[in-house]
Amino acid sequence: MPTLEIRDLRVALADSQDKPIVNGVTLTIRSGEVHAIMGPNGTGKSTLSKAVAGHPDYAITGGDILLDGRSILEMEPDERARAGLFLAFQYPSEIPGVSIANFLRAALQARLPEGEDLDATAYYKRLYSKMDLLKIDRKFTSRAVNEGFSGGEKKRCEILQLAMLEPAFALMDETDSGLDIDALKIVAEGVNQLRGPKLGVLLITHYQRLLNHIIPDHVHVMYDGRIVKSGDKHLALELEAKGYDWIKQELAAASA
Amino acid sequence: MQPLPQTDTPATAATDENPTLGIDQSLGNFTYDVKYDYDAGSGLGEHTVRYISDVKKEAPWLLDFRLHALKTFLSKPLPTHWATKDLENINFDKIRYYLAQGQKPKRTWDEVPADIKKTFERLGIPEQERKFLAGVEAQFDSEAAYSNIKEIVARQGVIFMNSTEALREHPALFKKWFGKVIPTGDNKFSALNSAVFSGGSFIYVPPGVKVAQPLQAYFRINAENFGQFERTLIICDEGSEVTYMEGCTAPKFSTSTLHSAVVELVACKGAKIQYITVQNWAPNVYNLVTKRGLALEDAEIKWIDCNIGSRLTMKYPGVVLKGRKARGEVISIALANDGQHQDTGAKMIHAADETTSTIVSKSISVGQGRATYRGQVHIPKHLKGCKNNTECDALLINTNSRTDTYPAITVRGDKHATQHEASVSKVSEDMIFYMRQRGLTEAQAMSLAVNGFINDLASQFPMEYSVELKRLIELEMEGSVG
Repeated sequence: MPTLEIRDLRVALADSQDKPIVNGVTLTIRSGEVHAIMGPNGTGKSTLSKAVAGHPDYAITGGDILLDGRSILEMEPDERARAGLFLAFQYPSEIPGVSIANFLRAALQARLPEGEDLDATAYYKRLYSKMDLLKIDRKFTSRAVNEGFSGGEKKRCEILQLAMLEPAFALMDETDSGLDIDALKIVAEGVNQLRGPKLGVLLITHYQRLLNHIIPDHVHVMYDGRIVKSGDKHLALELEAKGYDWIKQELAAASA
Repeated sequence: MQPLPQTDTPATAATDENPTLGIDQSLGNFTYDVKYDYDAGSGLGEHTVRYISDVKKEAPWLLDFRLHALKTFLSKPLPTHWATKDLENINFDKIRYYLAQGQKPKRTWDEVPADIKKTFERLGIPEQERKFLAGVEAQFDSEAAYSNIKEIVARQGVIFMNSTEALREHPALFKKWFGKVIPTGDNKFSALNSAVFSGGSFIYVPPGVKVAQPLQAYFRINAENFGQFERTLIICDEGSEVTYMEGCTAPKFSTSTLHSAVVELVACKGAKIQYITVQNWAPNVYNLVTKRGLALEDAEIKWIDCNIGSRLTMKYPGVVLKGRKARGEVISIALANDGQHQDTGAKMIHAADETTSTIVSKSISVGQGRATYRGQVHIPKHLKGCKNNTECDALLINTNSRTDTYPAITVRGDKHATQHEASVSKVSEDMIFYMRQRGLTEAQAMSLAVNGFINDLASQFPMEYSVELKRLIELEMEGSVG
């Protein structure tokens, strides 16, 4: 069974490596599981997801990331992607002039062995069936990737890519940020549609509200670059009721 | 005068001949040993001009025309007061100005000598001709090796041949417009071309005839230290229409090669000419070309100009809007890679009321490549109701890439509308990371970004050419990263 294992991971900005942002995170995600990482702003949640995807702005200063038991630290970002890691971006980039359909086609083509061409008919058939599943209008994929998109459309575009690329693991970075409640529901429905035994999910969120719609199997609280508390879905509710100050006080009490 | 020994470069053959790739960046990078029967030798003087004219058995007026042009060329300084000093590196004494195997192009590929035929077969020209062209002319160094027009098109009265033949067979028609759109003294290189020109296409489309499929010319440089100076003249009579496409390649030599063409277009009342160029010169070629069209009443001239490769390209296709309601359009795409300078743009000279012109220029600078846009739009005071719309966008791939824009728009009088927009954008690291996170390699991500940048222009190309353009960009980007 596919496993994503993060072992005592330490991450800093590539050009100021003496200031750690992620400070020893250990976490194992198996296929079919949905993990949520919650925590106040600036505790290293987004950095963790970008570092796992191989963003060049970040340096791994310690620990390891293993996909099915093999370290991916030496792999380029695109190799990690093709190996089965997907990052849904908090702020996805615009790609002017490149339609969603062509972008996805290029991404799928990149996964084929050299000299082999993607079957265009089969591709469009699959694309349209995924769009129907996610209730996305057909016209959507002829628009340039994220260009002039609303917050909700950007997230929907990420979800469609996730559906088409069928990774083993999806890291969803603040998927709920900047969304009104209707858009949030659309995104949550999308993730729930794709949820299944073949997909492991790491949801990164500041707010509990997303977790009303996507029920996680495991909840982790991140604070100051570390996971300080783990539990099941009830932990999210407890956090919502007591606020992040509760965690801070507990930590202060423990270290006193 | 004996030709210098030629080199065959079989080392690259394995990749070049991969039929599934179709178009290769190194596609043009090969040369075969060819025996030249006609060779004007190295260097330029009166004797060179006389040799060319003599070999072609030209009329006396043409020799006089050439000799006058030679004087003009020699008297004009290089335009380095505004253009790059790299022009000073052209050694006019080392260039060979005329090289040909024969004087008469063949009408079937079977008749083309084997050593030349294999070049064009390798470039895929006969195949393209069968697929989608109304006629093809294939020029090898100084002369056309092959020239043919589909019978159905010829029966409509369309003339399509190389300029050498046209001067013999249709002298009156040729002389009427020859040198009228671009006078000899227009610039130093138009003068050079006027002195030593050879080859190039001549097209005449009779009134009301609309040529359904494109006519194509392919210009191939094979020899080292060679200068190619084709001369093209296209005349579309009243209400007629034609699309002409040209492609160009040359092998990569260690010394530089010169390509200096003159292209004149004449669109009579209500006629439409579309002229498409996709050039893929090797990085040692100086490509200094003068292209201009004359649009009479209600006529339309559209230049679609795509410049990839070369060491230095200086090319500013223009339209003189001479008749009321004439329309001119230049769509230009330039990609400057390391060591290359694409100095391109457009000229729109409004000379009648209610004329409209559009310029859309997109340039891409990769690595230390440099792209320059120069535009000239001229609308004089006595006219009314003229319109110009200029848009130039530059994309920088790396932090050391360079782009410059020199627009010159002179509009006098108050009854005109002009609009000018320019933008410079950079492929951001975030955008590249985003694409790589979806599984694209860095080179694939770059080429997708570049193709996206020019997408709205590329979609105006005929399908076969937009596919070729896309592939060329992919191959350029592949070599530019990592």
